[in-house]
Amino acid sequence: MINLKQMKKSHSKEWSPYLAGALVGLLAITSVYLTTVFMGKSVFLGASTTFVRAAGLAAQFADPAYVEQNVYYTKEKVLIDWQFLMVIGIFFGALLSSKTDGSFKLENVPPLWKERFGSSIPKRAVFAFLGGIVAMIGARLADGCPSGHGLSGMMQLSESSFIALAMFFGIGVITANFMYQKRSK
Amino acid sequence: MSIDQLLGLATGIVFGFLLQKGRVLRYEKQVSALLLKDMTIFKFMLSAIVVGMFGILALSDMGLITLNHKAMNIGGLVLGGVLFGVGWAVMGYCPGTSVGAIGEGRWHAIFGVIGMVVGAGIYAQTYPFFKSTILAWSDLGKIGLPEAIGINHWIVAIVFTFITLMLFRWFEKKGL
Repeated sequence: MINLKQMKKSHSKEWSPYLAGALVGLLAITSVYLTTVFMGKSVFLGASTTFVRAAGLAAQFADPAYVEQNVYYTKEKVLIDWQFLMVIGIFFGALLSSKTDGSFKLENVPPLWKERFGSSIPKRAVFAFLGGIVAMIGARLADGCPSGHGLSGMMQLSESSFIALAMFFGIGVITANFMYQKRSK
Repeated sequence: MSIDQLLGLATGIVFGFLLQKGRVLRYEKQVSALLLKDMTIFKFMLSAIVVGMFGILALSDMGLITLNHKAMNIGGLVLGGVLFGVGWAVMGYCPGTSVGAIGEGRWHAIFGVIGMVVGAGIYAQTYPFFKSTILAWSDLGKIGLPEAIGINHWIVAIVFTFITLMLFRWFEKKGL
């Protein structure tokens, strides 16, 4: 019963996705303008390049010479830049929001996953890890993720982003439906 | 901390706050959208796009910012799109939301984050191969849809907004 009460409480604190999304639109406009003014170049919201830089930093720790001669790390530049801090900021923003409205919850396995695939943490970990590898190789090939293509690219009406987003969702829908199809017993 | 980093951090905190308030960081929301059962993330993304689009096009027209299109590289978009679609559905997060999910206590998203860092490392190692094969196939350059189809961008933006509003109406009617 306490749990139910808490769920209700956190439910009432959530914002309409239309409102929260529209505010992200305003944030995107402000952010592009401010980066142009203060950094001398227009920087758009994005997340996946940061994972390249994180991999580069980890590799640098193990073998600096490897990173130096790697073409891709040289191209993307291994440094802790605007976007790297932006991604770290997402963590803190979500922590702040969830801690102050009571929706923060330590969770071992996503409830929906648990319903279908059970509560094993290692099983979830292996799938999430492999999914992460495949998703990131895809995001790098497509040169963006749902932030870079989905939000920033679409806002600029980039031709490539329409294709990227259609591919992401189309294939995502097929994969998710395959995973969650009802077993005929 | 440099001004770049401070700006990035501040932007990220607001972004993460709004992602969490819209409840789009949840595995359930991401996967339910892909199962076409709950359109929360579509509502969130499309609202952000429509609002952001008018401001960004206006700032660009005034010469206050420069647009930065991503390349129309067909091979990369198609193969990358397929891989990302599969990985997204299996992981249940995209790169930006995975980090936010950890912030709201869904610590299991860390496995996806580690996977993505490893994936980025694999890509960096195999990049020369992709560059000389799939990415070399067909690159139509960095172009906007309005220029590609020869229609003024404000008209494209208005049509896009109209379609989005019709979609929203349909979502609400269907209770999605």
